[in-house]
Amino acid sequence: MKQLRQIISILILLLLLAVVWEGIKWIGGDPWRVENNPFGIEHNPPWRFKVASDLNLPHLWDIGASFSKPSRRNGPPLISVLIQAAFFTFREAVIGFFFGAFLGLLLGILFAHFDLLERGCMPYVVASQTVPILAIAPMVIIWLKAGWVSVAVIAAYLTFFPVTINTLRGLRSPDPRALELMRSYAASKWAVLWKLRLPAALPYIFTAFKISATASVVGAIIGELPSGIRDGLGGAILNFNQYYISGPGRLWAAIIISALVGMAFYLIVTLAERVALRGRNLVEE
Amino acid sequence: MNQIRQNLPAIILFVAGLLLWELLVVLLDIQRFLLPAPSVIWQAFTSNLDRLLHIGWFTTKEALGGFAIGCGAGILVALATARWTLANETLMPFAIAANSVPIIAFAPILNNWFGVDNPLSKMMIVAVIVFFPMMINTVRGLTLVDPTIIELMRSYAASDFAILRKVRLPNALPYMFNAFKVAATLSMIGAVVSEYFGGNRSALGVFITQEAAQFRFQNSWAAIIVACVVGLTFFLVILVVERLSIPWHSSIRNRAGQ
Amino acid sequence: MGESIVTLSKIGMVFGGSSGSQTVALQDIDLRIAPGEFISLIGPSGCGKSTLLRVVGDLLTPTSGQVQVNGKSTHQARLDQDYGMVFQAPVLFEWRTILKNVMLPLELRGVPQNQQRERARELLNMVELTGFENHYPWQLSGGMQQRASIARALAIQPKLLLMDEPFGALDEMTRERMNMELLNIWRQTQTTVIFVTHSIAEAVFLSTRIVVMSARPGRILHITDVDLPQPRGEQSRAETRYFEIENAVREWLRKA
Repeated sequence: MKQLRQIISILILLLLLAVVWEGIKWIGGDPWRVENNPFGIEHNPPWRFKVASDLNLPHLWDIGASFSKPSRRNGPPLISVLIQAAFFTFREAVIGFFFGAFLGLLLGILFAHFDLLERGCMPYVVASQTVPILAIAPMVIIWLKAGWVSVAVIAAYLTFFPVTINTLRGLRSPDPRALELMRSYAASKWAVLWKLRLPAALPYIFTAFKISATASVVGAIIGELPSGIRDGLGGAILNFNQYYISGPGRLWAAIIISALVGMAFYLIVTLAERVALRGRNLVEE
Repeated sequence: MNQIRQNLPAIILFVAGLLLWELLVVLLDIQRFLLPAPSVIWQAFTSNLDRLLHIGWFTTKEALGGFAIGCGAGILVALATARWTLANETLMPFAIAANSVPIIAFAPILNNWFGVDNPLSKMMIVAVIVFFPMMINTVRGLTLVDPTIIELMRSYAASDFAILRKVRLPNALPYMFNAFKVAATLSMIGAVVSEYFGGNRSALGVFITQEAAQFRFQNSWAAIIVACVVGLTFFLVILVVERLSIPWHSSIRNRAGQ
Repeated sequence: MGESIVTLSKIGMVFGGSSGSQTVALQDIDLRIAPGEFISLIGPSGCGKSTLLRVVGDLLTPTSGQVQVNGKSTHQARLDQDYGMVFQAPVLFEWRTILKNVMLPLELRGVPQNQQRERARELLNMVELTGFENHYPWQLSGGMQQRASIARALAIQPKLLLMDEPFGALDEMTRERMNMELLNIWRQTQTTVIFVTHSIAEAVFLSTRIVVMSARPGRILHITDVDLPQPRGEQSRAETRYFEIENAVREWLRKA
């Protein structure tokens, strides 16, 4: 019931966004008319805003139409090109996500057990996130050869940080009394980790996974930019950006598909979380 | 004294890491375009110091401007919607969904809107990137208030405005500082990355890519380090402000070891 | 009985579940409380004593019946700031110092700053927290925090002090000491107190009358007059009459 209302209100919000979009174009866009129409609808907006011109803010129907037009002369329609690119980027993101999640879990577990290691490495884990990843991407690509592996590594770089932090927080979250209980049973470190710390950390870890899912898609798109890989969404964005003047709708279409990929990955992880954490209290992000 | 001992492992690791890096580059004869040695990067840094400071400051201004616009807008929207549960229930899933959109993809569009050379185009990208975490966290802080506190305030017939000012806002502060910390590092990264799609010649991101394209990687590395240092400084400034302004909060008093 | 500060007549409270499952929390509650009385509400869990307290405090609106406080509606009484509330948890604002916490109700009433400060110091002195003015809540023990919240409730000299199991989370020793302090405060301020508790001993020691309630639907089973002589002190706990009343209340609770 509540979910239905949420979906409806989100749809209304999107509709509102569309109305505002076209409204701005109505007030300050380029003149337009509908041809092949007995009434010959024509509209000449009173103002001209630079932002609302057909080049900068194409009509929604033009963006929609550009999905079905071929992106290259005699090529397949844009939509099939973009879907292929989306799968390509999604694969890079997923592989990067698994690399990063694994590394993050490992680091989190190690830091939780070895205080010295945490004090030595933690500042650098934090500092690593201030490195503009795009800047080191060209070097990663030279090290690992251009290819989806290097893109996945870049995606992993953005993924591991939230997982490390939240794993550490989660492993430290159990009630001290629960830890005393385990000690009273003379439980080994392994048993404490498997039976108490990790289950307690799961909600935290899934919260990090949700952040990482998005981050890995961002990482994959960014990683494609300097790599010369043109099969993914990053390549498509770069490509359509270059030829923006001849078809602004294509860049918008590529952005919409990128947004959908990001949200889809987020949704998948959220569903996995629902299954894995049935009947438990979830941690707020 | 205690501080030094606490950070000693990190400092040792830093020095050891630098030495190892230098040693490996020399011993294994690693090509400069693969990985320049720290000493080479340091040389590139000192010989380009004026230019690096100039372009560093240019990009820092973009990051700061975007931070201010994005955080300001995020807080305002949160304040406006937190009052109405319906708006809240609608906007929160939307904001969370929007937060999972790779916003950097919008950089070319914003370049077209505001002009490639205009710093405003980068500021807007940064603003959009920091807007969602800021808004989501602020709404949480404003709404996740102990219900008994609200009962207490109601028993004193406190107005909605008094509850906002005396309860909801102070309660939101720790959440907001968490968002500020995230936004601080995101804003510098966002500014540099958005410059990849073209930008003013005196910008850090443009410099990094141009130097890399001409295989002067040591210059790129020097610029990357400038970006990191700025990002870290921004983060640390927020940390200090947080300590000063919410000394009562548990995450801080735990760090103080009490 | 002459004048009364609280008059409850035929109070009913039904919490409606969405699919027709309704819970009758309160039924036919009639009660008159005279100024200066100390009334305890006691009963099994879920008997609606906290609900009744919130009805008096205008935090809940009853589904039927009439409540009057000081001859006004409860809503008006709340707007006039006639109430002081103390909950089971201290509910101190973690971002305010103890002094600032006690000043809160005065602030909301618009009392001048220096008077706020003066009055808050006075109250902290009364609950023996002098010297802790500039501490934050987390720096105080549970008992001290609860004393600070009582000081806060008394800050505006409420006509009616509503206490919802205020000492429920404290250990037995602290609880007995706090009972003694509460009695002293009650004698000094002469406010009317409505006190929800689970402890028979506490109820007998503190109250002038004990209202025993039954569960589902919550209604008044019996009202016991506590005729222990005033002023009471630790010696009261040793009187035979004390045990007699305690046993009588326990008998009634068994029937609840």
